[in-house]
Amino acid sequence: MFNWVQRFADWFIYSVLGIQEHSKVGDALNFFVYDTIKIFLLLLIITTIMGIINSYFPIDKVRNFLSKRKWYGLDYFIASFFGTITPFCSCSSVPLFIGFVKGGIPLGITFAFLISSPLVDAVTVAIFLGMFGWKTTLLYVVSGILLSMVAGYLLSLLKLEPLLTPWVQQLLKNKDAPHESPQETHQSFLERIPVIVQEAWLIIKGVSLYILIGVAIGGIMHGYIPTNFFEAYISKENPLAVPLAVMVGVPLYSNTAGILPIMQVLVDKGIPLGTVIAFSMSVVALSIPEALLLKKIMTTKMLIIFLTVVTACIVASGYLFNLIL
Amino acid sequence: MSLSIKILGPGCARCKATVEVVKKALEKRGLQADLTKVEDVEQIVTYNILKTPAVVINEQVKISGRIPTQEEIESLLSHYV
Repeated sequence: MFNWVQRFADWFIYSVLGIQEHSKVGDALNFFVYDTIKIFLLLLIITTIMGIINSYFPIDKVRNFLSKRKWYGLDYFIASFFGTITPFCSCSSVPLFIGFVKGGIPLGITFAFLISSPLVDAVTVAIFLGMFGWKTTLLYVVSGILLSMVAGYLLSLLKLEPLLTPWVQQLLKNKDAPHESPQETHQSFLERIPVIVQEAWLIIKGVSLYILIGVAIGGIMHGYIPTNFFEAYISKENPLAVPLAVMVGVPLYSNTAGILPIMQVLVDKGIPLGTVIAFSMSVVALSIPEALLLKKIMTTKMLIIFLTVVTACIVASGYLFNLIL
Repeated sequence: MSLSIKILGPGCARCKATVEVVKKALEKRGLQADLTKVEDVEQIVTYNILKTPAVVINEQVKISGRIPTQEEIESLLSHYV
């Protein structure tokens, strides 16, 4: 699908700029041009597709769907699945949490949604596709959904309701049926396009600088670091590699945009893919700013339990990946 | 009729962008409004919204979960003057 982008990059670097093929500068620049174009094209496609789905299944509908019926366990899947297609800004995590729980959705299912939403998003999927191909991307998406379901279910077993902060508990005493969305209007597809395009554009604009920097660093590493350079330090056999990578990733606040292009080079140079996936999951799923926001609704004890369960699930999936791949 | 506009959001970039859009729309229409930014989550959740930023005009939620366009706000405001 992207052969023409590669041909363009080759032509541009080797013919127009006249840089020698297989030279370090040539390799680095080629990587930069090819990957930047490819990622931005994929971003455009994926954000538009997710925008369309999201326009027809807005978050309010998902909530009503989950709160009106009993799904006997399938709700964990529904919540995690819709989490992946709902664009999410960590700013919204508190109103979302309250809105779900107040609408009568159990805590564990709310958690499943809250975990899967940042884990699998348009930007991550687009970059994964561009850097690692569709098989790895599918594996990432499926394991993101599974991980959220498992973590949500484990959290539900712990019966954490009494550990919510007092004002939230007060709110939950008067649960009410979810209100219909105030903007529930019937729009044609054409009428929806401006909002979809605008949202896609905002997402791309927001991450473009990170992508450029990430790909630039990736390009330099690609050209100048010898293949299998890291194998000696971070190998599959090192049992501590996954938890260490996750520990480093959890407090980091970043999007996958800047990190994944570098990750791809690391994989190229010998770091196991599972370790890399676990690292990127930990970067997007958890962060200090998000923990501070969640502190409004969770007591410290509950927050620690939440972070521990999610971290443990990420580490487990990292091991699993290294085992399968 | 006095106009009260509230922008709900804990203070992320998208919320700030929304404030700017609303300010511009007010300016263009030459309208005066009581514009407040609500950053306290305990207050935000009383409006029953799931996603921020949200625009509340005279205590009615008009937009939530996205940055509105200036034209959108202008057309919403036209119902109030």
